[in-house]
Amino acid sequence: MNTPKNLKYTKTHEWLLEEDGVYVIGITDHAQSELGDIVFINLPLADSDISTGEALADVESVKAVSDVISPVTGVVSAVNEELADSPEKLNEQPYEAWIAKVRDVTETEDLLTAEEYEAFVQSEA
Amino acid sequence: MKLIFERGGSGRTMQYLPEGDTPKAVLPAHLLRQQPARLPEVTEIEVGRHYAELAKQVFGVVSGFYPLGSCTMKYNPRINERVASLPGFAAIHPLQKDAEGCRGVLELAEKLLCEITGMDAMTFQPSAGAHGELLGLMLIKKYHEQNGALHRKKIIIPDAAHGTNPASASMADFDVINVPSDENGCMDMDAFEKVLGADVAGLMLTNPNTLGLFDPNVLAITEKVHACGGLCYYDGANLNAIMGHVRPGDMGFDVVHLNLHKTFSTPHGGGGPGSGPVGCKEFLKDYMPGSALMGNHPDRSVGQVRAFHGNFGVVVRALTYILTLGADGIREASQTAVLNANYLMHKIKEDFPVAYDHPCMHEFVLTLEQLKAENGVSAMDVAKGLIDHGMHPPTMYFPLIVHEALMVEPTETESREALDEAAKAFHAVRLQADNDPESLHNAPVSTPIGRPDDVAAARDPILRYTFPE
Repeated sequence: MNTPKNLKYTKTHEWLLEEDGVYVIGITDHAQSELGDIVFINLPLADSDISTGEALADVESVKAVSDVISPVTGVVSAVNEELADSPEKLNEQPYEAWIAKVRDVTETEDLLTAEEYEAFVQSEA
Repeated sequence: MKLIFERGGSGRTMQYLPEGDTPKAVLPAHLLRQQPARLPEVTEIEVGRHYAELAKQVFGVVSGFYPLGSCTMKYNPRINERVASLPGFAAIHPLQKDAEGCRGVLELAEKLLCEITGMDAMTFQPSAGAHGELLGLMLIKKYHEQNGALHRKKIIIPDAAHGTNPASASMADFDVINVPSDENGCMDMDAFEKVLGADVAGLMLTNPNTLGLFDPNVLAITEKVHACGGLCYYDGANLNAIMGHVRPGDMGFDVVHLNLHKTFSTPHGGGGPGSGPVGCKEFLKDYMPGSALMGNHPDRSVGQVRAFHGNFGVVVRALTYILTLGADGIREASQTAVLNANYLMHKIKEDFPVAYDHPCMHEFVLTLEQLKAENGVSAMDVAKGLIDHGMHPPTMYFPLIVHEALMVEPTETESREALDEAAKAFHAVRLQADNDPESLHNAPVSTPIGRPDDVAAARDPILRYTFPE
């Protein structure tokens, strides 16, 4: 399981990277591996408001459709439109294939470190 | 096999229709096609062979064992078709006034299904299950609206539910609150009690649930939802396990939907049509949609949710089924469905472990997580391997809370020998998984199409035939 140390994680299998107050969000390597081949992503709209615990996007694999849960409250500042045409990037390079960037963040969920996330995934298995 | 476009040849056609005796309409030139449409050009026998070839590829419940979990693929007795095709039912127009016979069918079906579910009224408008769910939630919403409680926005749904439950709740503009399952596969009561409160509009519960388990706390669950002012919705997807034994109305539910096309032996799979009647208790009756034939409450009704009377022909089939079996037969059908599922589960579980190893109701869920880790054989591989043994695969990857799930529902219409044969097929696939796992990645090998690339098909579907240039 690949869990880069510089990222933060959620129990619902998203990763976060803070860059100058903007939060970059994607799904983890473990998440993509559990989902299997991803064939579609429903992306959020830029400039939309998003709250913690709400669905930021949803991804469809050959097995199931799953929500990507927002770990932050804020405003979507950018969306990785490239994923709409190449959802396989979420499988191939989960930590490159960011889904959305969120600005004006007022609230964040309790986030896990890489070690804590790995331990959480182990405990779930 | 060849597509219809690949059959025939230029100019081949069937000239049965005489020239029209009315003048041809003349269309403005800019509306006319510049080139003729590229349609298949085939003779009658080529069309005949095309459909005969397609018919050979079909696998239905009359072809073999069809344990598609959660779908209740029971055999549909032919007498249902015979009765539904009587001209008095089949040839009537929905606006015809002297329709006492058809009205009688709806009234009797309502009476009997109310008796089976413990409800006080039933509507046949919804076209299928999810449509019924939406209507049921509309009734709950109307109830809260009438009571000045529109702040009640939460619908509680366990994580084992069918995906249609949260989807329907969203469509009815409720907020979905997901409650996890406990170690026994039933509602986690601690987590459940935490989400109760004055903002709860209701609960949606399938019982037995999608793991084929009857929730032993169902009475406490419905009581607690009522205590905080919410209503209880029973998803009738799994009614086949309990009909004639317990009733949703007695379990504390206020609204139910049924899937006539599952529980009451009417066609489904390949397009149905389905029928998802909704039943409710007396205090919700005024909100029901009604219909032109059956009337409705002028001020309180949520209004019709479909044209005319719903899929009437399906109701005729379901009523035929109920009357053919009678009260004892209905009860016995459920008993046999549960017995068959437990018999098959015990025969299979040595080869494939059960996710929650308790006596089941009408279906059970296997988990192939360990097999996948050890042999690299997934639930998909096993499902495809079973096709080579002449049976339809079980449901795959559902419910989502079980990893590498296979969900098996044999139904009551299978004989003991058929179940033994199925167990043999599962055993053979297990041996194959141990001895030659690689071969299962290529299964099925006995069908015209083996393993399509489902990922490429989903990412880049080819939806149109391209003529060779």
